[in-house]
Amino acid sequence: MKQIDLVILGGGPAGLAAAIAAYEAGVRDLVILERDRELGGILNQCIHNGFGLHTFKEELTGPEYAARFAREALTLGIPYKLNTMVLDLSADRVVTAVNRTDGLFQLKAKAVVLAMGCRERPRGALNIPGTRPAGIYTAGTAQRLVNMEGFLPGRRVVILGSGDIGLIMARRMTLEGAKVLCVAELMPYSGGLKRNIVQCLDDFGIPLKLSHTVVDIQGKERVEGITIARVENGKPVPGTEEHFDCDTLLLSCGLLPENELSRSAGVALSPVTGGPLVDESLQTNLPGVFAAGNVLHVHDLVDYVSEEAAAAGRHAAAYILGQKAPAEGEALPVTAVHGVRYTVPTTVHPARLEGSLTLRLRVDGVYRNKVLAVYAGTDCLWRRKRPVLAPGEMETILIKGAALDKLPGCGGLTVTLEEA
Amino acid sequence: MEKRELTCIGCPLGCPLVVTMENGAVLSVTGNTCPRGDAYARKEVTAPSRIVTTTVPVRGGELAAVSVKTAGEIPKSRIFDCVRALKAVTVDAPVTIGQVILGDVAGTGVDVIATKGVAAR
Repeated sequence: MKQIDLVILGGGPAGLAAAIAAYEAGVRDLVILERDRELGGILNQCIHNGFGLHTFKEELTGPEYAARFAREALTLGIPYKLNTMVLDLSADRVVTAVNRTDGLFQLKAKAVVLAMGCRERPRGALNIPGTRPAGIYTAGTAQRLVNMEGFLPGRRVVILGSGDIGLIMARRMTLEGAKVLCVAELMPYSGGLKRNIVQCLDDFGIPLKLSHTVVDIQGKERVEGITIARVENGKPVPGTEEHFDCDTLLLSCGLLPENELSRSAGVALSPVTGGPLVDESLQTNLPGVFAAGNVLHVHDLVDYVSEEAAAAGRHAAAYILGQKAPAEGEALPVTAVHGVRYTVPTTVHPARLEGSLTLRLRVDGVYRNKVLAVYAGTDCLWRRKRPVLAPGEMETILIKGAALDKLPGCGGLTVTLEEA
Repeated sequence: MEKRELTCIGCPLGCPLVVTMENGAVLSVTGNTCPRGDAYARKEVTAPSRIVTTTVPVRGGELAAVSVKTAGEIPKSRIFDCVRALKAVTVDAPVTIGQVILGDVAGTGVDVIATKGVAAR
């Protein structure tokens, strides 16, 4: 079996940033394994602009953002394999993969970075009543069909779920000549960015119906109509049904980290995010296995995926080159309470911190005028006012300097919302 | 006097803005919590503009379509003119990223450029 220093599973924005950072930290014996026919991952079908404002201080489209990272990886000469499916990862970091040129092959890696991204929640996971005709797509599938394959999947469209991909596709289908009748959202607020609601729905007069869901799908061979209704306390309200004649239903109902490989390897997963439980170095419970990007927790902005994945690449390099403090020593749990739904990481080894600690989190509802705070035991390490917090906007906390000296022996970190 | 309602896109707060106008001139902006909301509202009611992104078909390429964008913002009212002008366009592979696909789209003075490279098949 071939020995290798680092294998990166996935050549999207997370995999590319991890590979570049690991290379720059001194790792030369590495490879990116990518399932698709090109590097860049899902960015290649996200043709709209708005990517890279934090990283490059300019607004790029998805393919342009991907091309910058892919070009850098190519310039550095980082090896990669396309059209390559990873079939298995073992707890001792043996990667089994297959493609048409190499056949079935195995790599024994010193370290692995999980960068497989996420998947859309499909109809089967949504319990929508009605028949099962053609014409029901996840928004991302429709996006790929329109933007890469050159097909328009329908002419009269209802969209369920107001996630960003659904909003983007409302505009996209409209520009391609389809009529988008409405976007129905189960929650009383949209999970999408404000900018997308304005520029993808309001610009084209597409109604957003909050607290509404699909209660019936009509049509035997092809979708012929959709019935939506208002929802109160999780139940459709009789008498509020509204019917739309349409041929297509797009689903934008959330993203799920794709951890089939991680799970079978024995990586411990969070029941909240669906991604691996990691420490401050983005290392999972399996030594030498790191995770970053949407496979770890679903991000809103690719800039933060790149940033997180670059950190995972650096930590993987330090692990390979023997620069990491051993795992023995104190491991502090990070607990999310009072409106904070989860944090990444969930464990911190104070001995391994290199001058700063980054915590990423999401809240469980819409909050106004709160204070976001981090405690080490009972000592407050960090607190900031937040005029608004919403589940659709990830928060990042950076703790630096003397505050970190309070960590050893504190018993654990708590991240909480407080009254302002 | 005319009132227009907008949602600010400056930050997650998404302030509901009300712009009061008379004869095309802005009299007041209310509902904003910061100066960015005021500036956004004034621009949005007087000269709203957008970057337009879409795709055009590729002949003989590894992909059937290439993604494109307007190199700068165009007036919001011209979005459909821009898309219609691109309906008539097909490009031959190879396409390089940044290549001009259609100059001065719909008389806006803005070029449409490729946002992706597509190799020949």
